[in-house]
Amino acid sequence: MSTPTGHEHHIVGPKIYLLILCALLVLTATTTGAAFINMGVFSPIVALGIACIKAVLVILFFMHIRYSSKVLMLTVAAGFFTFLVLITMTLCDYISRAWGLW
Amino acid sequence: MDSQAIVTGHEESPEAHQAHPPYLRHHFVTVEQQAETASFGMWLFLLTEIMFFGGLFMAYLLYRNWYYDAFVASSNTLGIGLGTTNTAVLILSSFTMAMGVYSAETRNRKGLLTSLSLTILLGLVFLGIKTIEYHEKYVEHHIPGANFSVEDFVHPTDKRDVPLAPDMAQHAQLFFFLYFAMTGMHALHMIIGISILFVLFVQAWHGAYTNGHTSTIDNFGLYWHFVDIVWIFLFPLLYLISRHPLK
Repeated sequence: MSTPTGHEHHIVGPKIYLLILCALLVLTATTTGAAFINMGVFSPIVALGIACIKAVLVILFFMHIRYSSKVLMLTVAAGFFTFLVLITMTLCDYISRAWGLW
Repeated sequence: MDSQAIVTGHEESPEAHQAHPPYLRHHFVTVEQQAETASFGMWLFLLTEIMFFGGLFMAYLLYRNWYYDAFVASSNTLGIGLGTTNTAVLILSSFTMAMGVYSAETRNRKGLLTSLSLTILLGLVFLGIKTIEYHEKYVEHHIPGANFSVEDFVHPTDKRDVPLAPDMAQHAQLFFFLYFAMTGMHALHMIIGISILFVLFVQAWHGAYTNGHTSTIDNFGLYWHFVDIVWIFLFPLLYLISRHPLK
């Protein structure tokens, strides 16, 4: 029977979970290791980049968004997008606050 | 419920009730629609949580920029070993929770009980390690407030650390305030999560969630993984990114 959202429930198996677990642990080791390498301004960028990859893996597979309906995908994407807008606008204000004052 | 619904409710034949599982509410057409609606609601709640933690992240970002030297010196007093261990523990607990969802979906009661108890155990290990870290801060007088001491930052014992001017060293309190606010809020979410896990465990013990109705376990899983994601970002921001400060 087709559902109102046209979406069938998908069971994610232990194999995928185990694969994601390994990927997350490897990425944790990588980010800790990278912290001991002097990369200058790129240190925070690399650390946050790895954190973003980990978060996306958790959202897509542990939280099943990869197998969810489009309305859920859009909802999640909209949430993170709004958060980025908030950060960007606050930073724009912060950076430009003193322009023209010196 | 309007009056018409009550009337038709009485006219429903017994077969109509047997046609659907007992956990399917009457205002949903199918179990899938009910589950979809439940996770949609859960995600909306999680989005408000993103905004809540997002405010703290934003504050951290700005103040780190503002009092850079104090934030770098304070960040480097955190133990990177304990932080990494805790990250691994939490990721492992996310895995056991995901296995719990899988066990519920495959109607495996024993698997579900094992997964839930392992998740509780790993959650408690995380909080235990966090307690050790908090205790270290207490011993070092790094908790912001009346007992805070700038000594470690003005006269660092490690030769590699750059001594801070006393006024900049005072701003280390801001780092530790945000450290305790962010990790404390995260720990509070863990404590709430572990409490709910105990309830789910007792219910699952009596046979719940392995009869085809998995929404509650699914949505608790979403919450638990969200708490994991918050830590995935807290860990690099608090522990890692200040090891090689810019001159």
